[in-house]
Amino acid sequence: MTIALIAIGVAAGVLAGLLGVGGGVLFVPGLVIVVGLGQHQAEATSLLAIIPVAIVGTWRQDRYGNVRRRDALLLGLLSVVGAAAGVALANALSGRVLRDAFAALMVGIAAQLVRKTLREQAPGAIAEKPASGRG
Amino acid sequence: MTAERSAQRTVRLMAIGTSAGLFSGLFGVGGGSVIVPLLVLWLSYGEREATATSLAAIVFIAGFAATVQGLYGNVDVGYAALIGVPAVGGVLLGTWLAQRLRTRSIALLFALVLMASAVELVLR
Repeated sequence: MTIALIAIGVAAGVLAGLLGVGGGVLFVPGLVIVVGLGQHQAEATSLLAIIPVAIVGTWRQDRYGNVRRRDALLLGLLSVVGAAAGVALANALSGRVLRDAFAALMVGIAAQLVRKTLREQAPGAIAEKPASGRG
Repeated sequence: MTAERSAQRTVRLMAIGTSAGLFSGLFGVGGGSVIVPLLVLWLSYGEREATATSLAAIVFIAGFAATVQGLYGNVDVGYAALIGVPAVGGVLLGTWLAQRLRTRSIALLFALVLMASAVELVLR
């Protein structure tokens, strides 16, 4: 189980760095399926795990001058009410309902990724791509 | 920038931040799927800056949401470390690879994996 978790962590990180799709969308099902955590615990644990990944990703992107710091700070500070409400809502829902909603989210993100990929120009050498901006 | 435009900008940032916060708190993800398209659409961001800025915002957003979830007693620090620390290594590897790989097939394959995992999740 430990090895499986570490493997999922690495895979989620690589995919985030490679495709710009966030780790959370893999962390949550990974924790539910491999560890057997409840949906609420998996989501909460995923949030904590996302923090170091986002920090490192941001640091890298900042070196390329891609981060608009003031806007990022504003977004973060202005998210507090929404975040608290979101967590409260999650905890008000049953694990079953939340899990089904999350599965729908995964499909939505997959569709978003496919649309984006098919829209892109013919691939060649790819310029620096930001990590884990989504999910 | 005029004062009116600046106010409009702040209102949009507030809308994006709140939606992303809601998303993050509800689903345990970063919220980037909400932030990036809206930064592009509403604030004329380029894709690259949008993704990078989203990442920075996510540090705060996931931080707040994780804290509130912690108050509910839902956070397992051990598992978070077990999955999060390797992910940091993964991100460094992934961004390095992004410079060298054509990601089209990988993206489509990942989308397939996501859909399969969604089904697996629901069957649990």
